[in-house]
Amino acid sequence: MKENTHTFRKLFWSTFKLSACTFGGGFVIIPLMRQKFVEELHWIDEQEMMDLIAIAQSSPGPIAVNAAILIGYRVAGAPGALLTVLGTVLPPLVIISLVSLFYQAFRDNAIVNMAMMGMTAGVAAVICDVVLTMGMTILKQKRVLPVLVLLTSFVAVRFLHINIILIILLCGIVGAADAFYQLHHKGGIQ
Amino acid sequence: MMLYLELFWSFFQIGLFSIGGGYAAMPLIQHQVVDAHPWLTMTQFADIMTIAEMTPGPIAINSATFVGIRVAGLPGAIIATLGCILPSCIIVMTLAYIYYRFRSLTIVQGALAGLRPAVVAMIASAGISLIILSFYEQRTLPKDWSDANYVSVIIFGAGLLILRKWKLNPIYVMAGAGVCGILVYSVI
Repeated sequence: MKENTHTFRKLFWSTFKLSACTFGGGFVIIPLMRQKFVEELHWIDEQEMMDLIAIAQSSPGPIAVNAAILIGYRVAGAPGALLTVLGTVLPPLVIISLVSLFYQAFRDNAIVNMAMMGMTAGVAAVICDVVLTMGMTILKQKRVLPVLVLLTSFVAVRFLHINIILIILLCGIVGAADAFYQLHHKGGIQ
Repeated sequence: MMLYLELFWSFFQIGLFSIGGGYAAMPLIQHQVVDAHPWLTMTQFADIMTIAEMTPGPIAINSATFVGIRVAGLPGAIIATLGCILPSCIIVMTLAYIYYRFRSLTIVQGALAGLRPAVVAMIASAGISLIILSFYEQRTLPKDWSDANYVSVIIFGAGLLILRKWKLNPIYVMAGAGVCGILVYSVI
């Protein structure tokens, strides 16, 4: 029981702190969640985290909230999901309530703007770091198909602006077909 | 009471139909709070979008809180936020259940393995958008690539180096980048 309350407390405060420090929405909080739950707490492994990101990405609603629900559910079931959602929603609720009282002054504040410009560059570096780490795990498989999927979906997202859900569905089908082929023609998946 | 219901329902729809997060939700929010209901003027809407980018938290949650508090005080903010996250809670919990129930099947594992590279590609694309925004202070690449904000370029380079080499916690890198921004820009 003591172990339980400890986990719950850790879940809540982890997501609370992440949400309170995350400027710029979904894609920024995902690297931070990965760092916290994969590398620091070892509650979720790297492959599983990528699956959870794909689910968070392709479900309706804010990505940060979706990812929080998935992590909470994974660690402690439905009560865990409730806690992580609360932890994710509370910081913006409190901060925006305060900001709405004097938002004109906040928007025009020079120091806030300077910090913002610096932080945007910092956030870009954080995302780059995550892409490199995740890309490395794909390359380490030493297979052509995953690399091909990566490059094709990059072009599809970046230059052709194809709907993200469509891409995720297609890649899922390609992966399933690949597994099916390996199962029936090579006698098992590696 | 009617007002609370309307708030809840509007943000429930925003939560339900915004897929892909952040910027994908903006037109939906605008439709609900500016066009369909007289809650915000267009200028106020632009302001809340700026503030949503400058404060932590998802844009949809930020605007739910902001609109809710303007229209019906703190209870309004809480109700709008609840409406916004309820679709996520139902749908994502269902998907989580399905994922953990069936992920050991070979075909499902194959499908998941297939979409992992796509996830990396999507994050890479978002990262490039952010780099462009940070270096050139606009959403598209300018004709002259060298016309960049070099303070941002240096902060970016230093941040990436620190992350790769010493694996520092990303939160410290972001906070440090903010402090550098204040220090450097107040001097020049």
